[in-house]
Order: sequence, then structure tokens, then C-alpha cells
Amino acid sequence: MENQNRRTVLKGMAVTGASIAAPSFFVRNAWAADFRNDPSKSKTAKFGFTVPLSGAYADEGADEVRALELAVKHLNGEGDGGMLKTFKPSVLKGNGVLGKKIEYVTGDTQTKSDMARSVAKRMVEKDGVIMWTGGSSSGEAVAMSALAQEIGVIFMCGLTHSNDTTGKDKRRYAFRHFFNAYMSGKALGPVLAKEYGKERKAYHLTADYTWGWTQEESMKNSTEALGWKTTAAVRTPLGAGDFSQYITPVLNSGADVLILNHYGKDMINSLTQAVQFGLRDKMVNGKKFEIVVPLFSELMAQGAGDAIKGILGTSNWDWQLPDAATKAFVKSFGAAYGQPPSQAAQTCYVQALLYANACEMAGTFYPPEVIKQLEGFKFDGLGNGPTEYRAADHQCMKDVLVVRGKQKPTNKFDLLEVVQVVPRSAVEYDPKIFGGELGPYTV
Amino acid sequence: MDSIVLQLLNGLDKGGAYALIALGLTLIFGTLGVVNFAHGALFMLGAFCAVSFQKLLTLSTKVKDESVTFFESYTDVPYLQMWFGDTGMKIIDYAVPLSILFTIPVMLLIGVSLERGLIRHFYRRPHADQILVTFGLAIVLQEIVKSYFGANPIPQAAPAAFAGSANVGELLGLGDSVVYPWWRLIYFAFSAAVVAIVFAFLRYTTFGMVVRAGMRDRETVGLLGINIQRRFTIVFGMAVVVAGIAGAMYTPILPPDYHMGMDFLVLSFVVVVVGGMGSLPGAVAAGFLLGILQSFASMNEIKGIIPGIDQIIIYLIAVVILLVRPRGLMGRKGVMED
Repeated sequence: MENQNRRTVLKGMAVTGASIAAPSFFVRNAWAADFRNDPSKSKTAKFGFTVPLSGAYADEGADEVRALELAVKHLNGEGDGGMLKTFKPSVLKGNGVLGKKIEYVTGDTQTKSDMARSVAKRMVEKDGVIMWTGGSSSGEAVAMSALAQEIGVIFMCGLTHSNDTTGKDKRRYAFRHFFNAYMSGKALGPVLAKEYGKERKAYHLTADYTWGWTQEESMKNSTEALGWKTTAAVRTPLGAGDFSQYITPVLNSGADVLILNHYGKDMINSLTQAVQFGLRDKMVNGKKFEIVVPLFSELMAQGAGDAIKGILGTSNWDWQLPDAATKAFVKSFGAAYGQPPSQAAQTCYVQALLYANACEMAGTFYPPEVIKQLEGFKFDGLGNGPTEYRAADHQCMKDVLVVRGKQKPTNKFDLLEVVQVVPRSAVEYDPKIFGGELGPYTV
Repeated sequence: MDSIVLQLLNGLDKGGAYALIALGLTLIFGTLGVVNFAHGALFMLGAFCAVSFQKLLTLSTKVKDESVTFFESYTDVPYLQMWFGDTGMKIIDYAVPLSILFTIPVMLLIGVSLERGLIRHFYRRPHADQILVTFGLAIVLQEIVKSYFGANPIPQAAPAAFAGSANVGELLGLGDSVVYPWWRLIYFAFSAAVVAIVFAFLRYTTFGMVVRAGMRDRETVGLLGINIQRRFTIVFGMAVVVAGIAGAMYTPILPPDYHMGMDFLVLSFVVVVVGGMGSLPGAVAAGFLLGILQSFASMNEIKGIIPGIDQIIIYLIAVVILLVRPRGLMGRKGVMED
């Protein structure tokens, strides 16, 4: 009896299976269409924005949300279109993506990797997002890239600067538009040697997580290659707040340069405190003491106030660049929010557009096809000049800006000046040097 | 030698904050017998009093900024600047020290209403209940501040005259490499002064004498016809004020956010325990001691020997002291031992 039952059930299943499968023999890509959160049956497609709205990088997160909301508006054909007008080659029409109106959900990652992962997971499982973007720390980015690969939903990284994101922790389902620590080191080194000379002793204060470590390593490598010596490299906990106990040892360490591998609030606090401790007025080894902040942005410059003036660093993008794309984006962002966008905002905005465009090119939301369109994609008109999404590691290759805190700002947003646009060729590297595997297309 | 002096100074300003919070905690515990886990949140509220005061002073009108051409931009011009010119700017510059005048009445009001409205219902309940209710109160206060001010730290500037650093080395004959920010030195002096005032108040006034007597033997003081309860309410208010002004003055050192209280609370409890439950001088001494030890532990020479020691030194010291002196440095017999 039992046997008979099982047989009947199996037969039934076979028939059902065959009947479901049958039509798909005649439809192209029909198997491929079976993927997580497929929006093809719905009138809308949903994006997820995982951004830190609290914690050390909360300012960047808030600006990312502004940019992403603007990107959704532009993709849906609202507003003035921003960089949709300058982006080339683009098949975006301003009618949503593949005819689907874009909706979005936002979640606070609290600048914590575990929180970022669980927020993203919830967005995929509960809210049904087809892609998510955002994040302002490499800890978050690495955690979310791994998740993206596990659950087969594309993650377009927001602001993340660690070499690991597209190095040892790179994933097929994760893409980074932002530049990285290695490129910062390569771009900044020669400028430092030119401005401060080749005989310098550097003291590093480093945020104690993946980004800080790779930033410290890249800066050490590039400065030591120029003849600098490294006096000490001290790790500080993320979000330490009071850095005085780490800054006082610098005073009599014999170092004449302080390199702050900090970002966001950490950098604002450590730089302000370093200046309070009189580091910038000091003379050591017969040279003027200098502070270097390898990665900085307008938002941090705003927070740090006068302390940032004259300090050298690198940036992915700046709102005062003269190209038409930047102008269009700044105009559109400024009209909406009354302030220019930060580099965090720009990278997220660009990522949303790049993803949408890849879907249009692929003619489907099916992730493996979208990934293939993004890999090796060459484009221009998004504010960074000619750019390529390198297929081997999903890292965008483009020019890097060396910037300096402006001495005499003409208005409250005029905080950084571009010292040099370092061409792509000077910062390019072999993707193999950081190891790591992208992983498979289908999961 | 230079680095030792520097870390000593570092420890003094950090210790100052610990000592002020621990002093308030001990006052409340000694008088009312309540373990107040909301004390860190009160420190944070004090810091936000300074932020609010700054906002009040810089209430502004919007003036179009002609130098921004790419979109409509407006600059905020404070009313004080419009009305009083340079004098107005000077007042805004001194917002943090002036905010004490604002913080004291606000915190006193908060303290007294908390005691009357909530804490007094828990005097006769077990310590566990007191901890739960005050911890809950801390969370409520934090969330209120978060919803109003947001989660981000809000930088507060010290007055321009104290923004730089003092050449301490020259004063001590150690050369140029020992410099220390003025505001941190002021904070240390400020905390020492507050501690002195609180001690003098308890030592040399009749009110203080009654409170001290009440701390020793509440029942007898009550039998002498003194309304000890009302005085304890005032002491609670006082402890809240001390935490509040400690927070307000700390804002130029650490930009306040809604969570700053919790970071200090845990350390302050360790300070109270190390100092000895219920001992005011113990709390102050332990505050400075732990602040200084924490700073020394951050020296590269010491971290080179024991990595990560700067993160755990306070707890390590607490363990050692409790093993050697179970009642803390200056703890009395019979406190929290029933």
C-alpha cells in the first residue's frame, strides 16, 4: 500500500515537472529567468540601500542616501536627469529599468559589518530587492560582498577603499566603482616626495580593521620606496573618539610626518586633536612637521574645519571638477539638497546607474547576464573621465585625484583643491597581486 | 621623561571626567542607597545641554550666499552677530563655558524631578530592581536625545583663546616637545575645582553635616527631627548637576553623541568599585588613578611588551585591587554587604 502510494506520488511529480518544464523548451533564457527576487512579473523592481546612518561613518551614509534617492528619481524619468544625460555609452531611457519603475528600501548598517550583513540579508529575503548598494566602510563591504555571492544577488559597493574588497575578498556578485588604498598610495607618494622631500620619518595611526590595514600597508610601501622611513604604526579602535593617548606618543617619537589612516568621524577627531596638540606648529629634525590624510573627502573637511587646511590626501572625485558630467550631477544634487554631493554620494549614484544600464544591456535582471555586461565595461561621462570595470577583479580603473585642504575657501563648500589628476596608467596594477577568487557566475 | 609627563597629563583630564561621574554615583549611592545606572546618560544630557545652549546662541537667519553660483545657497548669520556685532561673536565663542550657567538649573530640575517622580519609588526595592529601572531610564534618555539630535557626534569648539596648546615643557624645563591643549588643562582644573567645592560643601556647611550624618545613620538623624529625605533629594539633584557640568565642559574634548554616557558609565562603575563603594575620596582618587594608568598603558613602550593592554588595563587593575582589598581602596565595612 505504502509502496503504491509512493509510486503514485512520484509519477504525479514527474508529470507535473514535465508539464511545467515543457513551455520553457520554446522560450529563450527561460531557465535563466528563474532567479531570486525576479521582478519580471511585477510592475516595479526594488533596490536596497544599506547605509550607515549612525556610527563613525554616519555622515557619508546620509549623503549616500541622498544620492541614491536622486539616482532612483533620474532612472524613473523624474527631475532633470543628472548624469543620465552625460553617461556614455548608455541605453538608459529614463523609464525605470527594463520598463520597471524602481522602488527602494533603506536600512541602517550602524557602521558595523555584522549589522550590514543582516540588514542586507533582510532586504533580500523580506523586501525582495534585486540589487543592493551602499555602505561606507570596507568592513561592511567585505561582509556584504560575501553575502552577495552566497545568495546570488548583486551588490554594488558604495564607499569602500580597502584593497581587500576587490583583492583577496573579491566576489563575482560584488562590484566596486570607488578607488582603493593601493591607488591612493601610488598617486600620493610622488606628490609627498615632491612637497616634503625624500628624507622623512613617518608615524602611522591606523583604524584597526581591513581598510586601515591595507591603507597603512599601501602608504608604507609607496613612501618607503621613495626613501621615507616608518617610525611606528599604531592601531586605534574604530570610533575611539578621544585619540589623545595615541597622539601624545607622536610628539617625541622623532617622526616628522603623521599619516592618519582614519576616515569619517575618526579622522575628524584624530586630526582635530593632532592639531590641538600643536603637531602642525612643530619643527622636527629641522623640518616642519606635516600631517597626511591619505583618504579624505569634503564631508570630513567640513567637520574638521580649519584643521584640514593645507593637508594632502587623495579623493575619488570632487564636485569642483570641470567636466560636464560633474556639473550636471552637482546642479541636480544641489537643487535637491542645497549642498554639493560628496565622493560617497557620487560613487553610489554612479553605481546605481551602472547597474541599471547593465540590466538594460543584458535585457534581463538575471544576475549572471548582468554581471557579464558589467565586466570589462568601458564608459565615460560619470564624473571620473574614461573608466573601465576591470573584468578580472571588478575594480573600476580610472584617474585618481590628489587633493589639498584649501587655505582660502571662497564659500563654505569650497574646501578642497585638486593638486593633481594622477592618470590611470600611474595607479594601475596587476589584479593578481592581491590574490583572491571571484567565484562562479551561478550560485 | 617627556612621554611620561604627557601621558600623566592625558590621564589627568580623562581621570577628571571619571572622578566627576564617580563622585556623583557615590553621592547617590551613599545617601539614597540607589545604584544609578542612568548616571552616564545624565553626563550625556549635560553635554547636550551645551549643544542646545550653543544652538540657542546661534539661532540664525538665512542670508543668500552670492559666492555659490551653481545653485541657490544660503549662509546662516546668527542673530547675536546681527544685533551685537563682535560682542555677539565673542559670546558665541564662549558658548561652552557659558553653557554651565544653563546646564546647572536644567540638570537640577531634571535631577529633582527624576528623584521625586521615579527613583524614590525604588528606595525599598532590591538593588536589582534599582539597576533595571535606572538602566531603562538611561536607554529612554539616550533614545530621546538620538531622535532629537541624531546619532552623529556634534563637534563643539572651545573658545578661540584656548584652542591651541600650552607649552608645558617650557614651564617644567623639559624643552619644546611637551605641549598640551589648553582646554584639556582647563578641564582638569575645572574638575579639581568641582570636587573641592562638593567636598567643602559637605564638610563645612550645616546642610553638608546633616547629609554626612544621614549617610552614616539615617535613622538616628530622622529621630532627631530632621527631614533627611528632602536633603537627600537635593543631594541627588546635586549629583546630577555634577555629572551634567562634567559633560558640558567635556564637549570640546570629545564631540558628544547620544551614546557617550554608556562608554563612561561602565568605567565609572569600575572607578566606584575600585575606590570603595560609598567612599567619596575613594571615588575621586580611583578616578584619577585609573585615568592615569589607562594613559600609561597606551604608551608604545608598554604596548610593545603586552599588546592590547591599553584596552583592558582598567579591568585588570580592578581585579587586582578587589583581590587585595575586597572593599576597594577606601571602602568602609558594611556597605553593600547585607
